[in-house]
Amino acid sequence: MSKIQIPLGPQHPALKEPENFMLVLDGEQIVDATVNLGYNHRGVEKAAENRNYIQDIYLIERICGICSHSHVSCYINAVEEIAKAEVPQRAKAIRTLVAELERVHSHLLWLGVAAFELGYDTLFMYTWRDREQVLDCLEMISGNRVHYGINTIGGVRRDITKEQAEEILKKIKFLHERTSYYVGVVTEEPTFLARTQNVGKLPKDVALELNAVGPTARASGVDIDVRRDEPYFIYDQLDFKVITHNTEDVFGRAVVRVLETIESYKMIEQILKNLPEGPISVKVPWKIGPGEAVFRYEAPRGEDIHYVKANGTEYPERVKVRAPTLANFQSIPYCLKNGYLADAIITIAAIDPCMSCTDRAVVYDYKTGKKEVFDWEGLRKYSIEFYKKKGVSFK
Amino acid sequence: MKLKDKIILWSRLKSPWIIHFNTGACNGCDIEIVDALTPKYDIERFGIVLKGTPRHADVMIVSGPLTRQQAKRFKRIYDQMPNPKFVLAVGTCACSGGVFDGCYSVVGGIDKVIPVSAYIPGCPARPEAIIDAVVKLITELEKNSKTVSKR
Ligand code: SF4
Repeated sequence: MSKIQIPLGPQHPALKEPENFMLVLDGEQIVDATVNLGYNHRGVEKAAENRNYIQDIYLIERICGICSHSHVSCYINAVEEIAKAEVPQRAKAIRTLVAELERVHSHLLWLGVAAFELGYDTLFMYTWRDREQVLDCLEMISGNRVHYGINTIGGVRRDITKEQAEEILKKIKFLHERTSYYVGVVTEEPTFLARTQNVGKLPKDVALELNAVGPTARASGVDIDVRRDEPYFIYDQLDFKVITHNTEDVFGRAVVRVLETIESYKMIEQILKNLPEGPISVKVPWKIGPGEAVFRYEAPRGEDIHYVKANGTEYPERVKVRAPTLANFQSIPYCLKNGYLADAIITIAAIDPCMSCTDRAVVYDYKTGKKEVFDWEGLRKYSIEFYKKKGVSFK
Repeated sequence: MKLKDKIILWSRLKSPWIIHFNTGACNGCDIEIVDALTPKYDIERFGIVLKGTPRHADVMIVSGPLTRQQAKRFKRIYDQMPNPKFVLAVGTCACSGGVFDGCYSVVGGIDKVIPVSAYIPGCPARPEAIIDAVVKLITELEKNSKTVSKR
């Protein structure tokens, strides 16, 4: 039988975001897969250079709606490092709290989406109903459901009152019970097992070679977690376990995420019970630098890296974002190969891809299909020429 | 109005089918759209069903600023929808480009390429706002259909 090539995306019912996969099929089996990115490329890094540090907070928050706090925290920590600002303990605790609430919301969202991709709609509806509880908590703390806008350079913008803390604890207790139930569903439910076990295998050595991060790597038995390896905020004072699993398949990734959610509940309880007293922010001057800093942050999907270069003005000279999904994407073609077409969607969903995070700096020449490696200056020249030809002018 | 048209109109009003299209959103609006479909908000009680293909859909719900890469494909998907069709722009980005307005790779709001029936502002638009827009769209259609059938 001859091989056929089918495109998956950019508009596909199972993909919530525009991305494109070219699958080469031999019958039902996938023999080759390529990933095409760039549908979501907006040019955030360039835009960040034209806005000042405070405006950038809101821009960078909107890189991604699911891990908005992660990107901002990562960026802000880099800026604070350059400005040598001493962030108060209470602000750090509140940032950690929001970060863990965000992880809970992101993992529950993932579990729902994964269930949806498997055709298991009951679980999808269940998890999304419970997820509303976390969103309520976040709305109570920050005033918004998705883009919290809680960070500012030098601290946080809103404090947490005693009543709020109690309310959150109550909701977390309820969620803890529900999540324990989901642990049962994920590890015992025959439908779930049948569709996830031995699907999308990613052996440990391959995961290391392809630089997988976060739950994708941890499910292949790679024991990495920035929260423990290089603690930021108040993670060094918290007691938590890094969850790993050794089945190296989609099932393992689901288990890692569900168990991580439970760890997050424990952390949230610890934070709220020992919230340090004191101010929530310090003043930082508008003009920052010169200097440069890199920060690593454990986002729900894995390690997020931001690089900021300051030149002593109000505007950053360069902001570079390496989102976790970009690191994990290299592993998708490997996971897809030799699998079946029906499993393709869940295999893709298993790394919890987040295209809006990833699609910011991809160079790929569609016309010739050629990939070129540019140095920074060359890339800049090329892009300016390219857009001039299209009639876009840069001031 | 022929009987056939009456039946089509009735079913369209009672159960509009929607398709969700992401033109380069940050995900915030997308999850709020899905949120509106899940138990807490549940717009399925208005007969709304999410469909996978544009050829089955009456209403297209669009989120995100229109990126250059997506613009052509977006127009194509829109052209595939059967008439009459409606477009809801969800979120500030879809309405005008939002924070990304002026980025080199963003065209702007989606109305640069296709006509929009309703704009829902907010970053992200809350599920309540999305439901409100959908209900308004349906009532508007009902009103129009009455004047049409009287003629
Ligand atoms: S309006 Fe806000 S939440 Fe919606 S896509 Fe744009 S930035 Fe994201």
